[in-house]
Amino acid sequence: MADAIRETRHSSASATVAGSASPARVTVVPIVGLPIVAAALTFMVAAIVGNWLWALDFIHVAGGGLWTGIDLFVGLVIGPIIGRMSVPARVEFSARFMPKMVLIMPTLVVLTLASGLQLARELGDLAVPYPQHWWLVASFVVVGVMAVIALGLLEPANLAVLFELKKPKPNGLLIAKLMRRFIYTAGITGAMQIATLVIMSRIATW
Amino acid sequence: MTEPSSAPTRAFPPITQTAVASLAFVIAGGIYLAAYLPHQAPLVLPTGLIAIGAVLLLAAVAMVTQLGDFAWDRFFQVSGWALVAYLVIAGMIEFVLVIDQTRGALLALLTLTLAIFALDIPIVLGFSVARHQEVASSPTT
Repeated sequence: MADAIRETRHSSASATVAGSASPARVTVVPIVGLPIVAAALTFMVAAIVGNWLWALDFIHVAGGGLWTGIDLFVGLVIGPIIGRMSVPARVEFSARFMPKMVLIMPTLVVLTLASGLQLARELGDLAVPYPQHWWLVASFVVVGVMAVIALGLLEPANLAVLFELKKPKPNGLLIAKLMRRFIYTAGITGAMQIATLVIMSRIATW
Repeated sequence: MTEPSSAPTRAFPPITQTAVASLAFVIAGGIYLAAYLPHQAPLVLPTGLIAIGAVLLLAAVAMVTQLGDFAWDRFFQVSGWALVAYLVIAGMIEFVLVIDQTRGALLALLTLTLAIFALDIPIVLGFSVARHQEVASSPTT
């Protein structure tokens, strides 16, 4: 109800911002970031093929730290702030924020998971007996749940917002609705990242 | 409220839900297989999970093909690029599996898992975007 009132209050401004959102300037995928993504993925493949432990460790720790940190920061800090913004402000923010996330998050996820599995294999962590092995299984389950949420809910909402912003007259209410879904799911994955931190800290100190 | 929506407001079949359920089943199968590493897991349960995932994927594809008036250009644009991206990701994972000496029925099962994964996501992304796009040829929307 409060949301509805707030959105009604901002409705006229929404139309104004929607009109000035410069749809042509809204980028869905920032092309300039693609070479960086390609370089990071190439480095990861080289590390796996060459079994470079230091590189696998670096990619897993750096990638996982960024993934966890961004998820927590977006879900628990940025999310609630966006939720209290006016619709026009959300539109402006989304147009600049979402394209970066389209590239950054899938890249971090792939880097972290692939290097982590290879690292666990090389260090013998996969071979630990039960009950310690349950920690690994728990990490797989947490990652699996996060993958379903991220790929099935969060990323589609992200893309739908970007394409809405490219329209001559973006629908502020639709963007607000999709952004709410983005923020809630980011909050859920953020909370699950806390479980990941606990599990990974436990595994790293066997 | 805001400007009148340029997005069509129509009911769609549960395409996203079906594709996401498919994704969940194949990921569950993958988790089961991974839980047994470095040993090979019994393949009956993951085979069942992945088979359900495949059936749900086919159901999602069938529902998409029945849509009629739809922003197909946008659907294929988004799905196409997503397919390229996720084929690259799936290909990299497959490459790692082969490098790690995964062979036989396990490799076949994991390859099928990756294939379903790489097809599910483009459908979800393409549909999620295209459902909010205007259908140029439809005078009723």
